[in-house]
Amino acid sequence: MSATSVQTATPRWLGLWPAAMLTLFFLVPFGIMLAVSVAHRDVSGFYEWSFEWDSYARFLSAFFGKVMAVSISVSLTAAAICVALAFPFTVFLSNMGHRAQTRILVVLLSALALSEVIIGFSLSTLLSQTAGIGNLFHWLGLIDEPRAYTPSLFALITGLCYIGFPFAVLVLYPPVSRLDPEIVEAARVMGASGPRAFFGVIVPNLRGAIVGAFILVFVFTLGSYLLPQLLGRSEHWTLSVHITDQAVYQSNLPFGAAMSVFLMLVALALVGLASLAGRERGAA
Amino acid sequence: MQRRQFLKASAATVAALSAPSILRAANSPLKVGTYGGYFQESFDQYIYPEFTAATGIEIESIAEPTGEAWLVQLAQAARAGQAPADVSMIAQLARIKGERSGLWAPLDEAALSNLGNLPDHFVHRYEDGKVYGTGAVSWYITLVTNTDVFAEAPTSWTALWDAANADKLGLMSMATNSFLLEITATTYFGGTDILKTDEGVLQVMDKLAEVKSNVRLWYRDEGQFQQALETGEIPMGQYYHDVTGLAASQGKPVRSSFPDEGAVLDSGSWVVSKASKALEPAQEFINYMAQPAIQAKLSRFVGTAPTVSRELTDLTDEEFAAVSSDKAPILPLNEIYVDRGDWINQMWSEKITG
Repeated sequence: MSATSVQTATPRWLGLWPAAMLTLFFLVPFGIMLAVSVAHRDVSGFYEWSFEWDSYARFLSAFFGKVMAVSISVSLTAAAICVALAFPFTVFLSNMGHRAQTRILVVLLSALALSEVIIGFSLSTLLSQTAGIGNLFHWLGLIDEPRAYTPSLFALITGLCYIGFPFAVLVLYPPVSRLDPEIVEAARVMGASGPRAFFGVIVPNLRGAIVGAFILVFVFTLGSYLLPQLLGRSEHWTLSVHITDQAVYQSNLPFGAAMSVFLMLVALALVGLASLAGRERGAA
Repeated sequence: MQRRQFLKASAATVAALSAPSILRAANSPLKVGTYGGYFQESFDQYIYPEFTAATGIEIESIAEPTGEAWLVQLAQAARAGQAPADVSMIAQLARIKGERSGLWAPLDEAALSNLGNLPDHFVHRYEDGKVYGTGAVSWYITLVTNTDVFAEAPTSWTALWDAANADKLGLMSMATNSFLLEITATTYFGGTDILKTDEGVLQVMDKLAEVKSNVRLWYRDEGQFQQALETGEIPMGQYYHDVTGLAASQGKPVRSSFPDEGAVLDSGSWVVSKASKALEPAQEFINYMAQPAIQAKLSRFVGTAPTVSRELTDLTDEEFAAVSSDKAPILPLNEIYVDRGDWINQMWSEKITG
């Protein structure tokens, strides 16, 4: 019954609208990027249309391999931390009263309105030697002298998690709040301890949502190019930072485009792997 | 507005926009591009009104993006016969790239009576000797320190290598805007000649790589470094002499020092797009800007170093010291970044910031 009502409620041709928008605003720019990535770099300015693999060949070096590894591991770490924090947080949140839930969700949503620049500058102040949290630790007698915690990998991951956390909660919240409490109760009645019920019943039931949140944060942080500059050391500059350098400062659009294609392919491969893993185990 | 009226109006607008020659015919103002922000505001306030009063030529002020984006836009537009600006202030690297592709309109030397005021390196010529541009403004990149952290002003660029300054430096992140290769070559290799060969560049980079452990921030964003310098978070680095002086005059604990080896003298130049149809007023503007009195005015109000020699201006010692120094400057080797830019940038990423 529900299937037929869905069909009558939304006429098929409505699907053409998103399809047209996707073509116009995703496929066409993507096509241009692919075309630019094989264009010929003109050192005295821009690029000329042609078909050559030079930009891709330049990318295949130990140096950019290292940069790619940094990008992926930074984003994987941020995604893992975000999900590890957001999942118990969301479970806890869904057990709260309705008004409290709404308030907390509104606060989380408003954090999304902050730009990367503001988050980056705020964190670099908070973690600085002159005005930062090191002074508090010093005052409390925990450390001998106020010190800076930025720029560092820790600062960078903190910044990325700040951005990624609300997304993870928003992805997890609907399935978590819909989870039938009787399943957990049943587990408890059968004698499972709290942690056991959590890891043995809640987590497996929501594996799909967890993988979804992980992928979203991973892909989202992979594109970050401001925070690595503001909070990371130069060895933590991600591929996105190098793409910006090529596109904006060295006007080498073909190389920037080729790096973007690489980054996207690697991201797609990892997303594919993750969702595959999520689906198989979820079904088991 | 009715639909029909709207269609008519938009058709007329499209027609007008696609026919720039018609717009031009109506005695349009000279479009002059400068970097958007501080430069544009200063020129709008101190330079353009008096130029218009002196010559009767109206100016439309255009904001340029920094980096090479403006060169790319000018080149693209010129292919379509358009000039987003008639006269542009342009960085040296972009100027040379434009020279190589013949993007700049040759100028008539007879119309540039003030050309003699400028030193040779600020009169830009094509290979056949035709003038196509002049030095517009210049500025120094110096060794800057926070006065609370460093009671004594450093006197040499060797301070960057001093082990006592571990994790204290903020340096610009690119070879092409930091000119650290030129600084290193002048400080340790007796001059910038060594940079003319690939082996020499690598040798200089190896020396420069020794500062890595002292560098806390390789900055792209000037605001980020300036803030950190003022608070003492990053108490030493390279920065612009004029901006540092301005901050110091506002009571910030910062100072700018001209090292014994010299500070880097960077500059912007005036060029005219070959697609411009306002060559005569453009030349008049360029000639106007090469007057010692105007250069002195720029030094006083905008904080740039004069492109004409000091003796020609009426700048007092104090005014001159605020924007410049008598010490021999380190001149950027812009040509190497045009000829071997991709290679130098790649090596820079691997050896210096990587």
